[in-house]
Amino acid sequence: MNIVNAILEKLKTMGLLRNSNALFKAGIIIVAGIIILSALAPLLTPYSPIVGTGDELAPPSLKHPMGTNNLGYDMFSRVLYGARTVLTVVVSATLLSMAIGVPLGLISGYYGGKVDRAISIVMDSMYAFPSLILALAIAAVLGASLINAIIAIAVVYVPTYFRMVRGQTLSIKSLLYVEAARALGASDSRIITRYVFPNLLPTVLVVFSMNIADAILTEAGLSFLGFSVPPPTPDWGADLRVGHSFMLAGYWWLVAFPGLMIMLLATGFALIGEGLSDILNPRREAVG
Amino acid sequence: MASLRTYVIVRTLMTIPIVLILLTLVFIILRVMPGDPITSMVGMKAPPEYIEMLKEKAGLNRPLIVQYFDYLFGILRGDFGRSLIWGERPVLYEIFDHLPATIELTIFGFAVSVIIGLITGTIAGVRSGTKTDNALRIYSILAYATFIPWLGMMFQLIFGVYLKLLPVSGRIEPSLTIDWKPITGLYVLDGILTGRLDITIDALKHLILPSITLGIVLSGAYTRLVRANIIEVLGQDFVRAAKARGLSEIKVLRHVLKNAFIPVLTMMGLQFAILLTGAVLTETTFSWPGMGTFLLERIKYVDYTTIQGTIVFFALFVSIVNLVVDILYALIDPRIRY
Repeated sequence: MNIVNAILEKLKTMGLLRNSNALFKAGIIIVAGIIILSALAPLLTPYSPIVGTGDELAPPSLKHPMGTNNLGYDMFSRVLYGARTVLTVVVSATLLSMAIGVPLGLISGYYGGKVDRAISIVMDSMYAFPSLILALAIAAVLGASLINAIIAIAVVYVPTYFRMVRGQTLSIKSLLYVEAARALGASDSRIITRYVFPNLLPTVLVVFSMNIADAILTEAGLSFLGFSVPPPTPDWGADLRVGHSFMLAGYWWLVAFPGLMIMLLATGFALIGEGLSDILNPRREAVG
Repeated sequence: MASLRTYVIVRTLMTIPIVLILLTLVFIILRVMPGDPITSMVGMKAPPEYIEMLKEKAGLNRPLIVQYFDYLFGILRGDFGRSLIWGERPVLYEIFDHLPATIELTIFGFAVSVIIGLITGTIAGVRSGTKTDNALRIYSILAYATFIPWLGMMFQLIFGVYLKLLPVSGRIEPSLTIDWKPITGLYVLDGILTGRLDITIDALKHLILPSITLGIVLSGAYTRLVRANIIEVLGQDFVRAAKARGLSEIKVLRHVLKNAFIPVLTMMGLQFAILLTGAVLTETTFSWPGMGTFLLERIKYVDYTTIQGTIVFFALFVSIVNLVVDILYALIDPRIRY
């Protein structure tokens, strides 16, 4: 509970709850909108995303607002339920990378020395590697499934958190109040959890929302290449792969809507990240 | 210049542990992780004898440590293994068959992204705080959030399916390459070298949609970077001094641009990994016969040794490009030294 209170307190002192800006608000509206729509999916559409309606390749109409695909699945329903798949994979994966990357970065930055150098060089090497190819290799070895997609994406983003947290820890640990705490006899673990970590939170938040935006695109990439959830699970990237050949025959609605949703959701999280960094770092004047 | 030499030597030596770690990572991912790669790639339904045969052939039944050193020394000798299924062809040959296509695509995609990024970033930087600046900021966010295959498909739909202006797949019209031998594998260049301008033109036509797709999505990062640099340089003393001396706006801008573009170079190194990721998606969308489509095809056929060799090659490729970019940057900026 202490940690939760500390976070809330921190957010309040940062003024986050009061003066948010236009980017932040737009991002929240987009993301919240998509979450609500996908939660209400059963009420919004009578069709199941994985049962054929008998109507194949039907263009968008009142009955099927986004048309149907080659198997007669209602695309509107697949788009709504697909949000659940994407959010499940992406949010679990980024939380997992954060759970590994943040503590590693704290320890590495705080203690320094040989361990720090060893972890850093591993993380830097991973960071330089093309993310999708790394995720692809992991997913290919593990096999295509929801859990494996989460693992593959999580591994890819550990270095993102590590590098950021390590850098911040290095600068925070030399601040005067940390020195003071140490002089007063606070233990290392107390300094890390009570003095260093809370100061990292704002940056972790920004990186987290930017990271989700990136992970959405990686998840879409993995499933577009056929390495995420197996069919017929609704998933935007997978729908783009299936719809591609039909699109070339003119059935544009098989790909247009799932692709727009990927862009919209990624934009939503990117806007939240941008807005947050504006609020936390007001040197750059906000939009609007 | 002595310190530059030190920098180059130290930076080159530093590449060795990085490459070693990447190779070990690839090994861990492909061999040590739970589950067995061949089974999960073939699928559970394959007969066990077939899976055993593939494993035996790929040398997966030997002790891990033997496999590891065998793998490392193989790469050291330039031996990336042999294909499990395609007549035991050396993997390196197959990589070199597909690499030029990817290089050609990344060069053009990269050029498009830098051109768009420089133009939009300069405008946003010079007009910072205005509506134009805000609009370009939104552009950079949208460009970043666009899913490459989707943008590619929309271009295919408009310019290929509806307007029928441009080809939507492949690198070249196959009928043009009957009794024609490429030299470098970069078709645009080869067409010129062999005096076949029709091939150069056709290759360029095939390049337009994929490279614009890749370029637009990657341009957002350059927009932001150039904008930030322009604003920073505009605030420096030499700009004020130049203005005070009565230099015209255009002349001042020329100095600003020169100074603002140097940091864009480092970014190019960082962007290279992102460029390769984008290239894999672009290749798949446009049936572009490069490294990405090659890797995916072999994953489908469970050509385990080829998959490993290709991923190792990507690791080496990225490390070397980063090394080259860092050295170039040190040549330009004398502050970068050890």
